[in-house]
Amino acid sequence: MDILSSPVIDISWLDLVGAAGLILLSVGITRWQGTRLAGSFLLGGVRTVVQLTVVGYVLVYIFNVNQWYWVMAALLLMTVVATREAVGRQDSRPSILYGITGLSLAVGSGFTLFYVSAVVVQVEPWYNPRYTIPLFGMIVGNAMNAAALAAERLAAELSMRRGEVEAYLALGADSAEAAREPVRSALRAALIPTLNSLMVVGIVALPGMMTGQILGGVSPLTAIRYQIVVMFMLAGSVTLTATLVTIGYRRRFFTTAEQLRLRPE
Amino acid sequence: MIDTVLYRLSRVSMKRAGRSALKDVELDLRVSELTVLVGPSGAGKTSLLRLLNRLDSPTSGSILYDGRPIESYSVLDLRRRVGFVFQKPVMFPGTVRGNMERAARIVGLAAGEIEERMREAMETAELPLNLLDRDGSELSLGQQQRANLARCLMTGPETLLLDEPTSALDPETSDRLLRTIRKLCRERGHTVIMATHRVGEAAAVGDRLVSIREGAVADPELDPATLARALEQGVDRDLPPST
Repeated sequence: MDILSSPVIDISWLDLVGAAGLILLSVGITRWQGTRLAGSFLLGGVRTVVQLTVVGYVLVYIFNVNQWYWVMAALLLMTVVATREAVGRQDSRPSILYGITGLSLAVGSGFTLFYVSAVVVQVEPWYNPRYTIPLFGMIVGNAMNAAALAAERLAAELSMRRGEVEAYLALGADSAEAAREPVRSALRAALIPTLNSLMVVGIVALPGMMTGQILGGVSPLTAIRYQIVVMFMLAGSVTLTATLVTIGYRRRFFTTAEQLRLRPE
Repeated sequence: MIDTVLYRLSRVSMKRAGRSALKDVELDLRVSELTVLVGPSGAGKTSLLRLLNRLDSPTSGSILYDGRPIESYSVLDLRRRVGFVFQKPVMFPGTVRGNMERAARIVGLAAGEIEERMREAMETAELPLNLLDRDGSELSLGQQQRANLARCLMTGPETLLLDEPTSALDPETSDRLLRTIRKLCRERGHTVIMATHRVGEAAAVGDRLVSIREGAVADPELDPATLARALEQGVDRDLPPST
């Protein structure tokens, strides 16, 4: 039998009970080793089931109603949650950072989604939830990590290199010039994970989306083309978002009189 | 001596992290003078210097620079006119030449002028030209302090703010740097405002000594005789109470 045309094996709810055995294995090992993570593993397992089940039904609903405003509402919700998560990882969380991160994620991820769905995949209709929602999920998830890394590193660099930044300011440099090195370091920290994944994709690990497509019965050749698009898409959105966050956040560390403040406003 | 006021501070107060760093400072600083702000560590000397090229702003009070409110100047122009050398020297990553060129680029110095200005600044700061190609981090502390002064001179400042320029230097290197500072004022016509906690150094170098204590001006024209007495008594770390 041609392996590519063989039918997809469906996973029943009963099969999931079997899969839960692996979580129970983790619970057992962690309890045995006294890591105090057993409870968290159990909770994580329950949350995985509940969250994904809810998402599954929500996606079925959105796919069925197939209305642009439901799709937009879902994308907006994803952006809001990603913003909260990215800002939540910071030691210092000035309220302005929510605005900067939210806007950067919306612009960076929104532009990338538009580019991929309209120019590359040419989705019809433009809001087709079967494409836009999973694509946006991947985009915004990666952009969120980059935004969090960029903001965290920028704050740390400006604090660590305060003397250097103020030496530039004292010479009459503007804040963009004075913070150039901290901004570069923050961008590098945010972009290197994505760059690394571009380097090793397919060699060290098969990406989740490609694996999912192959398990779902798609030819590996189609799956890799999608994956290539996804990798490029992630590179674009991560770079765009991290740059916007870094530039936007950098400005908040300086007063209008080009004075450095270590608590951004 | 020209008696033209360069800075006029009126009732200047400043808080830093909720604590009062300066309280009701009233002070005139004159052009082409070498004014030394002298006082113990933590007295507010650095806080005061930082206000003079607007690295900080006062919480209340007013500062006039050359007769106009300091805020009325473009802050970038002001900082190019008023150079600041920090207590702890800061070298930008890379060579001394790279440091100098960065300062030149900030003020938009034409490519043809950079080399000449660099030579002049190195000479004034008494640094040999062969240091230009050394990495800044390889320099001794004294050389770094001089390199910071030279880099500051690249922007062509009229006024120099020097914060404890000799605090980390040995006596011999300190003396050399102080001679350079005096020369900058006497021969090059720079207005110099320098902070130090060393009384002997203040007496040796300053045209005018301003005593700063607990965030306030304790004495705007410290009497050299009082200072001499203090030195005779072997006090070289702190000032006697001002009369």
